[in-house]
Amino acid sequence: MALLEAHHIHKRFGDQVVLENITLAFEENRLNGIMGPNGAGKTTCFNVLTGRYKPDRGRIVFDGEDIGGLPPHKIARKGIARSFQLMNLFDQYTAIENITLALPEVRARGMSMMHDLSTDGETGDKAAGILARIGLAGKERVEARDLSYGERRALEIGVALAAAPRILFLDEPTAGLGAEATGSIAELIAEIRRDLTIVIIEHDMQFLFGLADKITVIHWGQVIAEGTPASLQEDEWVKRSSLGGLA
Amino acid sequence: MSDARNPVGRWITLPILASFAVFGTLPYWVEAVGLYQYLGLEIMVWVIFALGYNLLLGYGGLPSFGHGAFIGIGAYAFGVAQFHFIPNLWICLLAAIIITGLCGLAAALLVSRRRGIYFALMTIAIGQVFFFIASKWTSVTGGEDGLLNIQRLPVDFGLFSIDIQDTASLYYLAFALYAVVVVLLWRLVHSPFGRILGAIRQNEERVRFLGYNVFIYKAIAFILSTMVAGLAGGLFAMAQEGAYIQIMNLQWSGTVVLMTLIGGGLVSFWGPVFGVVLYFIARDILGAYTEAWLLWFGLMFMLLVMFKPEGLAGIWRDTVGGLVRRKPAAAPSPHPNQSPAE
Repeated sequence: MALLEAHHIHKRFGDQVVLENITLAFEENRLNGIMGPNGAGKTTCFNVLTGRYKPDRGRIVFDGEDIGGLPPHKIARKGIARSFQLMNLFDQYTAIENITLALPEVRARGMSMMHDLSTDGETGDKAAGILARIGLAGKERVEARDLSYGERRALEIGVALAAAPRILFLDEPTAGLGAEATGSIAELIAEIRRDLTIVIIEHDMQFLFGLADKITVIHWGQVIAEGTPASLQEDEWVKRSSLGGLA
Repeated sequence: MSDARNPVGRWITLPILASFAVFGTLPYWVEAVGLYQYLGLEIMVWVIFALGYNLLLGYGGLPSFGHGAFIGIGAYAFGVAQFHFIPNLWICLLAAIIITGLCGLAAALLVSRRRGIYFALMTIAIGQVFFFIASKWTSVTGGEDGLLNIQRLPVDFGLFSIDIQDTASLYYLAFALYAVVVVLLWRLVHSPFGRILGAIRQNEERVRFLGYNVFIYKAIAFILSTMVAGLAGGLFAMAQEGAYIQIMNLQWSGTVVLMTLIGGGLVSFWGPVFGVVLYFIARDILGAYTEAWLLWFGLMFMLLVMFKPEGLAGIWRDTVGGLVRRKPAAAPSPHPNQSPAE
């Protein structure tokens, strides 16, 4: 059984249909890719699955529970984390503070008004460990706004990772990165995928085909094709489309 | 500075002690510098109000433009409790805090799903609603005349009580309450709650996707801020020996914003303190030369916004920071948690 399933999802904005009868399933501990041209509805699909938008119709089932229409914070607490296409960090906080606030144990005592995070060695060690895992050891005290673009991309993933998710949605994690930084992000994702279900939207086809167990192609708000990277390369629709050359 | 691993240092820091030294000795030197005791009392009351307000503006990024209503509600609640219930200082102050907090709760339920300009506009509207209720509910508030003859109730400790009829004594009561408020607020803004509030200011959406119920955090910050305003209102009622509608109008709501911004509340916990002191000293010193002192104060505000939007605290930080940077840097802490608004 898949960890997360979306059944017949519809989403429209005004008279524009953005998602039409989308059905997806993401199995546990697999890396799933979503690809498609600009405006295909990929990010809207992410936004619906993670609670930013309510679906107009359809069901979203996570680990057997219907989560369709729940607000983002409730969905996040169930173990669904995401990164954003446009980076969403706490720019005035240090790298370690960005990670710390995402830790479930900090969230659990978020209402504490007398506790002091700076004296909590266990939390600090855990956050520092995550920073080291994403290649930002030594950057603990650097404010997020002062990190390089590639480091910010890594921190964005680190923040999502710190929430200890069961499924992680990454929206174009290599957007705007050069070849070297893209390689670093690919290494990072390859490292974290071992014990995590990951869903990635990505325009860099080489990146996606090199990592994904399964890829779903979305176009005009519909699922056009789905399968392993190898099977997709043989798919007639993909071959005929502009994506064929990339695949 | 404070040692984060020292339990006392978590509560009492050098800046807090410095503020205690300055404000604690104020009645002894305020007249020597050409000022007067009541000015110190006004400053103390408004410092408490502005520090509570900055929990919203500086830490939560929530610009309330109707906060004058809450110091007014605190003043009325103090007077009503004194006249109609028990004329006991602690009970009347508690009534001021709780009733203002309940009004804050009602407002928070309406505004906490909003942000930015929508939040600001709704707080203006809510402030006006409270203003008109206070002006029309004459049987409780006295309407345009206000509540007159509010007493400076003795500080009752059970076995003995202290009379605070004179301004210097009332000042020390306000100072003692300031000490409590400043320590609690300092701890609050450095707690997980405060850090999350700061995160909401920077990126509300990200906080939501980390699993935090942003609405609850904003609502609690709003309510706490109004409770502090209620305390300031109770003290203000005793200072003025009355509660008047004027304090609830838009002008005073704008004034606390002005004080907080000019002092540097956006970058410093102490910004509102600087701003309040500057405002009242400017009022008295500039006011001695010209009736149009607010014009000059407004110009100063505009210049600060244009050239140093971080306010007086920003100027202080740059000046002291520049001196500190000349010294060798200390070894970094393995668990830093520095605040953007220390």
